[in-house]
Amino acid sequence: MSVGSIDPKRTDLAAEYRARPFGRHSPELQALLNVMRRAENCQDLILVSIEPGKWVLGQRLPDGQPPRLFTDEVFTRLEDGEWAAFKRRWRALSGQELKLP
Amino acid sequence: MTGATPSGPTVVGYVDRVYAHPGDEVTLRVSVLDPARRYRAQLARLICGETGPKGPGLKEEAVAIDALTGEHRGEEQPTGIGSCAVVDGLPALGSIALSVHVWPTLPGCGVQALLSLGAVRLVLDEAGAVALVVGDETVASGRKLRARWWYRVDASYDIATGAVTLGVKPAAGFHDEQPVAVTGRVRAGIEAEGPLLMAAAPAAAGARDHFYGKLEAPVLRSGTLEARWDFSRHIETTLIEDLSPAALHGRTINAPKRAVTGAAWDGTVHCWTQNPSHYGAIHFHGDDLSDAHWKESLRFRLPASLRSGFYAVKLQASGPAFYVGFIVSPAPGAKRARLAVQASTVTYLAYANYRRRMTPGPFELAMGALPTVDMTDVMLAAHKEFGSSTYDVHRDGFGVAHATARRPLFNFRPTGRFWNFNMDLCLIDWLDRQGIEYDVISDHELQEKGVALLQPYGCVMSGSHPEYNTLEMLRATEAYLAGGGRFMYMGGNGFYWRVTFPPAHPGMIELRRAEDGTRAWEEMPGQYHHATGELGGLWRRIGRPPNALVGIGFIAQGFDASTYYRRTAASRDQRAAFLFKGIEDEILGDFGAWGDGAAGLEIDCYDQRLGSPPHALVVASSENHSNAFLLVNEEMLSNTHGVDGTLNPRVKADIVFFETAGGGAVLSTGAISFVASLAHDGYDNNISRLTRNAVDRFLDPAPFKPPGA
Repeated sequence: MSVGSIDPKRTDLAAEYRARPFGRHSPELQALLNVMRRAENCQDLILVSIEPGKWVLGQRLPDGQPPRLFTDEVFTRLEDGEWAAFKRRWRALSGQELKLP
Repeated sequence: MTGATPSGPTVVGYVDRVYAHPGDEVTLRVSVLDPARRYRAQLARLICGETGPKGPGLKEEAVAIDALTGEHRGEEQPTGIGSCAVVDGLPALGSIALSVHVWPTLPGCGVQALLSLGAVRLVLDEAGAVALVVGDETVASGRKLRARWWYRVDASYDIATGAVTLGVKPAAGFHDEQPVAVTGRVRAGIEAEGPLLMAAAPAAAGARDHFYGKLEAPVLRSGTLEARWDFSRHIETTLIEDLSPAALHGRTINAPKRAVTGAAWDGTVHCWTQNPSHYGAIHFHGDDLSDAHWKESLRFRLPASLRSGFYAVKLQASGPAFYVGFIVSPAPGAKRARLAVQASTVTYLAYANYRRRMTPGPFELAMGALPTVDMTDVMLAAHKEFGSSTYDVHRDGFGVAHATARRPLFNFRPTGRFWNFNMDLCLIDWLDRQGIEYDVISDHELQEKGVALLQPYGCVMSGSHPEYNTLEMLRATEAYLAGGGRFMYMGGNGFYWRVTFPPAHPGMIELRRAEDGTRAWEEMPGQYHHATGELGGLWRRIGRPPNALVGIGFIAQGFDASTYYRRTAASRDQRAAFLFKGIEDEILGDFGAWGDGAAGLEIDCYDQRLGSPPHALVVASSENHSNAFLLVNEEMLSNTHGVDGTLNPRVKADIVFFETAGGGAVLSTGAISFVASLAHDGYDNNISRLTRNAVDRFLDPAPFKPPGA
């Protein structure tokens, strides 16, 4: 993972993703996602349903260990969990917090 | 976050069968992890699974059974995972000499026993070197073996003098590894004793120090005894035959993989039945499992009046319930409904105990969304002893080729991933709401009974993803259609992989992911044939493409969003008029509980090259798939750009109808997520209407006629 892998000025792509995390993306957004989702950048994130309708992010761990759960933030929609993962990766790859209006 | 720490189930279990009949006795085996060692049990008829907010949600009906319902005391039950071979009945041994071919896959990953005779054991030591352990002393060769290379290992121990010899000879190759010969001396008088364990060491309960890799041609010499086990014989069984006059035959435990290439394999044969001498090895894994062998916890009889359906014993201690799912089909001779739903139990089993979604890696590049699991899956990850799925790899990186039902199955449930068992409940819920009488049958029962199971039915509906099939199952479905049967293929990526039921391992399926296809792992060269001798891999590569059976075959997959179908000009053909009765819409299924569309997850299309009938009508095709939907690799001779759903017109699901020569017909829906749209808008929508139209006509005995007939 290296800071500077994505252009922090392209918040338009982040806005496109937030509006529609699932489904068709523009080629530029898909290219950004392809960078974020590479093995070295994806942070091995996972969404874990802790009870029906409630999700937390987790990290997949090697050697068959159970995922580590990040229970500080609970999502009631998968889309919100995907967006939280996007923001984590944006911060790691751009070095900046993602701020959208 | 506030509240308790998320928890998975603290009680798990399994039953002795994948399907049962009303009136049958069912044996339940339970392990209680909750410290209170108490659990509640309840039989439930499952009507609808967890569908998420856009579906009807969980529906189940309790069924009271005195011997089952209520609270019970239990215990935590051990699971002896790891394969080995055992030979009992050895005579008294004095000085011994051992010899074996070894192909290690994880040398240097803990002590691994090759051949064990009580206190005398030939092992790979912590460093991955061959060593002879005698009592509490060890003589080691001192050189780590290379992974995935054959070695001949010889060892001896003189009980009178304590002299030890070790010899390690690598197979010839273009490298500079030299043979190793070591001598040593340990305490005299340590008796080697049976049973002989191969690929493990004896433990107080079961075995330990499991070996990962292949062993071949073990020999034990002691006095006049010269036992020689030949693994190339009886490959399809658990028997390992001693060729010596002593006839010290043994057996394998936990289904290590046979029909694998041995030290003599040179690429000139690719099927073990053609020359078994090239297949004299067995591949052992410390994480093989064919039977958890838990003690019986409860035995109960299903009511004779129980209706056919999806059922589960619902187990609960602290934490969420653990569902032990199974199918109840009509008893032999009982009155049948006109419609059968064929539960894809073989596919459920292939996916059972799927751990791969929880392993690190670039999952989303292939799937288009984050992997999702629930706390039951997380609990599975903490319990390696429950074994893995055929989507996983063993600890040594080799694919898991076996899946057994004789262990807790973490996906025969109405909760968690909206997939397989859970997804197929959408059909049950819809049929109940439609008031259509139906029976539920299963792949497993079809395997046992053949076409006779299908013949009483006017129409058979598949599940949403009948991916794994045996030759016997395909033949039965073909025979049913040839006899005028009507078949509704209600999903996607069906009839894709061959599996077999190894006769020596009841409850288990075998899978060899050979050569091609969307694969979680790839089979090793020379090992494409199952222990039954059948060629493994895609049915498309074996000569029975799904297109020839149901008109469509797997073309793409994506796991982010679904889309809709658009009617084609062919849908106006009079032959298809019955399907669209009452449907004016051009767009079908632009809604649904999975991904907001009926066309999603894994999708199939019509292709005459692969055997789709020329007279078949493609009545609707999906469009507007996302970037995540990628053309399957068996459609590409080499990698290419332009294979995603935004660019490639072949990435589409087709709804196909055709008549058969026997007066029957087939309707194929082309997508796994199709059934998740049935309940939309109070079950009143064009997907529901089209499906109902098909069921009504397919149950009408009036014969279909292909055009021109």
